[in-house]
Amino acid sequence: MAFLPVFLWSDLVIWLLVAALGLLAWGVARTPPLGAAWGRVLHSRTGMASLAVLALFVAVGLLDSAHYRPRLADAPQNGQGSGAGAAPAYGVEVLSLLDALLTPLRTQVEKTYSAPLATRAYAKEMQEVRQPDGSLVQQRDFPRLKFGGAHLGSEESAWAGDVARRLLQGYGLAILLWAALAIFLAGRLARRRQCSFRQSWRELWRRPPTSTAPAWDALLLTLAGLFLLLTPLLALAPEYHVLGTDKVGQDVLYQILKSIRTALVIGLVTTLVTLPVGVLLGIAAGYFRGWVDDLIQYLYTTLSSIPGVLLIAAAVLMMQVVIDTHPEWFATAAERADLRLLALCFILGMTSWTGLARLLRGETLKLSQLEYIQAAQAFGVSSWRILLRHILPNVMHIVLIALVMDFSGLVLAEAVLSYVGIGVDPTMISFGTMINNARMELAREPMVWWSLAAAFVFMFILVLAANLFADVVRDAFDPRAA
Amino acid sequence: MLAYLLRRLLYAIPILIGVNLLTFALFFVVNTPDDMARMQLGVKRVTPEAIAKWKAERGYDAPLFWNGEAAGLEKATRTIFFTKSARLFVGDFGAAEDGRDIATEIRTRMGPSLAIAIPTFILGLLVTVSLALLLAFFRATALDFWGVVACVAMMSISGLFYIIGGQWLISKVWRLVPISGYVEGLDAWKFLLLPVAIGVVAGIGSSARWYRTIFLEEMGKDYVRTARAKGLSESVVMFRHVLRNAMIPILTGVVVVIPLLFMGSLLTESFFGIPGLGSYTIDAINAQDFAVVRSMVFIGSVLYIAGLILTDISYTLVDPRIRFD
Repeated sequence: MAFLPVFLWSDLVIWLLVAALGLLAWGVARTPPLGAAWGRVLHSRTGMASLAVLALFVAVGLLDSAHYRPRLADAPQNGQGSGAGAAPAYGVEVLSLLDALLTPLRTQVEKTYSAPLATRAYAKEMQEVRQPDGSLVQQRDFPRLKFGGAHLGSEESAWAGDVARRLLQGYGLAILLWAALAIFLAGRLARRRQCSFRQSWRELWRRPPTSTAPAWDALLLTLAGLFLLLTPLLALAPEYHVLGTDKVGQDVLYQILKSIRTALVIGLVTTLVTLPVGVLLGIAAGYFRGWVDDLIQYLYTTLSSIPGVLLIAAAVLMMQVVIDTHPEWFATAAERADLRLLALCFILGMTSWTGLARLLRGETLKLSQLEYIQAAQAFGVSSWRILLRHILPNVMHIVLIALVMDFSGLVLAEAVLSYVGIGVDPTMISFGTMINNARMELAREPMVWWSLAAAFVFMFILVLAANLFADVVRDAFDPRAA
Repeated sequence: MLAYLLRRLLYAIPILIGVNLLTFALFFVVNTPDDMARMQLGVKRVTPEAIAKWKAERGYDAPLFWNGEAAGLEKATRTIFFTKSARLFVGDFGAAEDGRDIATEIRTRMGPSLAIAIPTFILGLLVTVSLALLLAFFRATALDFWGVVACVAMMSISGLFYIIGGQWLISKVWRLVPISGYVEGLDAWKFLLLPVAIGVVAGIGSSARWYRTIFLEEMGKDYVRTARAKGLSESVVMFRHVLRNAMIPILTGVVVVIPLLFMGSLLTESFFGIPGLGSYTIDAINAQDFAVVRSMVFIGSVLYIAGLILTDISYTLVDPRIRFD
């Protein structure tokens, strides 16, 4: 085989999560009230637009969650017979599908900082220049980059033309792609509704006031924006460092794309940890009352009375000691960083289930007074069955709202925690480590702004989309709002 | 009232014991003192003697809970639990890695922390409540819509951006105030200006939106309609009725953080080089000073519980209907 698949623990969790979401979507489609609620989410323009942006981020994250170790080129064998039988050797570096797609970005490493789209480095350096008379002269100048704009050769004056040409190509491609997609969508809708293409095209953009159809216009507009932003990037990225390079010459765009997975893992896996603990303890406390309630209340009051950052700091410090004193547990550096990421999610989850549990306890207290629960009790239905069949489905909207609301907070928290030094492994690329590495760069002369700006802008887009989506979900599922 | 307070205080004791046991488990049971010694000494210098010396210097050489070798009462007192954890209750925090007394350090660093935290808190509350009131007053207009959009955008920006961007723009480009640092006394104002302003701005997004929801909920109630029906002007309705009644849910979230102001802010203090408790905690985390982190966790939870009790008291002050008997 040309590669050795590697399953990091977080990969397994992520793919399990995707499978669970798929099952959930299937279940939702078969339950009319839930389907209607999600229909309201899709009906909202904000909901559709934020969902499209989030889907793009998730796609990048999933591509980055299929890992492998590439096979090393067969070393030249000394004897002739040993070549066929020897076990293939695989590199120690763990790569993902995203790395494979971005090979030029990953491998084209400059010496140090360079500005976005630059062909020359950011700082002057001593260089030897051959004069026309053949002598070598020392000269201070901006050295040419090894990869940025290398295809231009010595004709650097062609830079502006080349960039403009690639931008135009990108825009052209974007318009073509978008038009094809829009026509395809209108065609599909026309076939489903059995109306003319012209009518379905019109309804795509101007929905009748009574329509409950998804907000296709918002989707298409968002996609148009995304395409116009991304295809020029694709056209420029192979030859230039579109967002510049950082201190060690790594492409900033590559780091941004790698950060997305870290942010998603923190946001999603943490809620996965929170969910069972918070739900189980919350509804158990509300339903059983008595000493169970006292015990669970004591547990979450104790946990929540420790300020969050300090509890996380204490737990992460202790985790570091465990990791540092047991180097033998980890085969590769990637595995260590990965396990540390999962441990961080676990710690964040263990410190943040209290809010959800408190909400659910209150709601369950209310629900368990209702007649249908009393009827179930009178029929002799067992407590666990009541909890599962009658209480849980009726508090699920609270769980869902709490989950989507938490996501953006967790993404922001990762950056802060990594800055404080209690976040992800320093070798793992994330928005937090990017900001942490770049924090002194604004003080440089001339200023290095690109890696900070890129990290903040992409984090802002992700968090904004998540916040908007959370609002729409809350409005669609909260019975009080309707 | 007094009986209620007494009961609340008594209820705080088991919670503090729980916090204490939890931190003890985190710091001494998950990792043995041997592990910590190995970590602190580094891989190269680890010998059994070095570990024993490290533990003896810090008093980690006793058993965890029960000292069978000691005599009499010392069976319970000459243990790590008693010397390190139980003593936190009487304010004896022990010494940090650099040998300084943690309690004295906390006393001297409290001032700068409060100098930032109190103005940020008061100004932030004033600004966000008035903004929220403004949005609620102009509800369902373009101002309200764009105000909420701005709030959502502002709460989507990382707190780090506010600090880094503010330092860059105001201190580096405009050169209005020093970029970081601190002096004692009244001259401190120019060092405090920027962190306080940034703290206020960073909090606007989420709080203003949250308070706006509270105001809107309150404005949908019957007594507001009655007030309007009897001919009160909209501003009287807003300030005399809605604002007062909305204070109860707002107080729930606000009063509880007042005692925690003592702890300072980790990010602000470390970025602006303020020698407060927040930067003390960050330094301790980076230096892996377990004694300091343990003390701060304990103080933090004591202050939080104090905040909960204060919240209850403040309810009785703003809402005469609530009586604890």
